[in-house]
Parts: sequence; C-alpha cells; structure tokens
Amino acid sequence: MKELVAAEVRVPVESDTDIVAARQKGRALATRLGFSSSDATIVATAISELARNIVLYAKRGEISIGLSIQGELTGLIITACDEGQGIADIRQAMQDGYSTSGRLGVGLPGVKRLMDEFEIASQVGKGTTVTVKKWKR
Amino acid sequence: MQVPILKQGSYLIASIQSALTDADLLQLRESLVEQVGRYRSRGVIVDVTSLDVMDSFASRILRDIATMIKLRGAETVIVGIDPDVALAMVRLGLNLEGVATSLDLEEGLAYLDAHMKPPERKR
Repeated sequence: MKELVAAEVRVPVESDTDIVAARQKGRALATRLGFSSSDATIVATAISELARNIVLYAKRGEISIGLSIQGELTGLIITACDEGQGIADIRQAMQDGYSTSGRLGVGLPGVKRLMDEFEIASQVGKGTTVTVKKWKR
Repeated sequence: MQVPILKQGSYLIASIQSALTDADLLQLRESLVEQVGRYRSRGVIVDVTSLDVMDSFASRILRDIATMIKLRGAETVIVGIDPDVALAMVRLGLNLEGVATSLDLEEGLAYLDAHMKPPERKR
C-alpha cells in the first residue's frame, strides 16, 4: 500500500535530557494528531526506551517523529537511528530479558509490544535503525 | 528539576512535579536515603502523579529507592500511578514487584500509618 510520510521533528539524542525532550515532542505530536491520552503515553514511553537505547549503546543518535498515512490509517512513524556498534544477533536482542549492558533491559521486545508496527535494521560496526509506528484509533 | 521533599511528622513525602531526567531520579534516590537518616523518618511516600512517563530506568530507580529505604529501616510507598502510565508499564513489561503502591497520597499515608503501628503484644 502506498504510504505517505511527512517528517515532522528530529531530535538529536546523546544525554538524559535529550531522552526527556524526545518523548515530550512525541507526546505533543500524538496529542495534536488526536491520539487518546493513553496512546499518547504509550508513544512517549516507547520513545523514551528507544532514546535510552541510543544513549546506552551508541552514545549518540537521532529520533525522528513523523506523520504516516497509509490508506485509511493515520499515525506516527518514529525512527531511532544511531551509528553505534550495531547489533550482532537481532534475534537475541529481541528476546525478553536480554541485555548486553548488564542493566535491567526491557528494551526492544517491550517497545515492540507498545507499538503497532516494528522494524529493525542493524549492521555491525555501522549502526542500528529502529522504525516503529502507532496508528490512531 | 529537583524533586521537593516534605517532612511530615515521621514521614517524608517526595512529590514529583514534572518530567524527570535520569540525573534527577538519581538525585531523588540519594536525597531520600540521606534524609531518612537525618530526620529519623519511619516512612517515605513518593508521589508520581505528575511523572509523564515511567520507563525502565524510572521504575528501576523507584525499586532501588524502596529497597534502600528498607535497608535504612523505613517503609516506602509509591502513590499516584495513573491509568495511562500503568497500561504503558504493563505493555513494556515493567512491574514494581516488591514495592508497596497506593492509589493516592491519602491512601499512601493510611498505608504507612497501618504499617508503622507497633506490633500488638501477645498476652
């Protein structure tokens, strides 16, 4: 299906204050788009985790939040990309409770459960891009 | 933004007023653990009503706070997790297992009062 994506905001992420800034921008956009408060909180929470992963594993990266229209569906598309070391075993990274940082990681499987669509691309030594979508109900 | 901590009798009440950065959360943990000793407090309430998002880091620090306060000889209760935040936490796979929670400040105070009573003596 043809998808229209309009980029709305990009937030550079490299510190804990950027994590807060990114999730607040996401909540504001979700609210503006007419998401319920509960879905806006879910979007903000997912962005917080994605931004946290960037700071934790790649030091710096970027979160971009845009509008996505796909047929009847309207929603937000969120991309978290970094040029960190990448993920060698994506299947393992998608297992609940798995964390290479040795910290409590709910990480990627948790984010996947929060959102409607989830895609990950990673190349060792080059970086990781996670793309998620949440449709308006 | 620093979280104000109010001393109320033998309890400490930390009222989160806005979104907190990781540094703010760590600062809150340090302050509570220190003040529980300084004021010889018996109980701590952390009110998270105004917290925008409870992500993995925030919930880990709240669990740390409850455990550390327990080790210092006092009780902690987290109050004010709103329904949206609760739903996001469950989806994300977070729980506050082992941490006392109450609906709001009033219930939190009642919880502490009930748990601070000296044990009844058996005859």
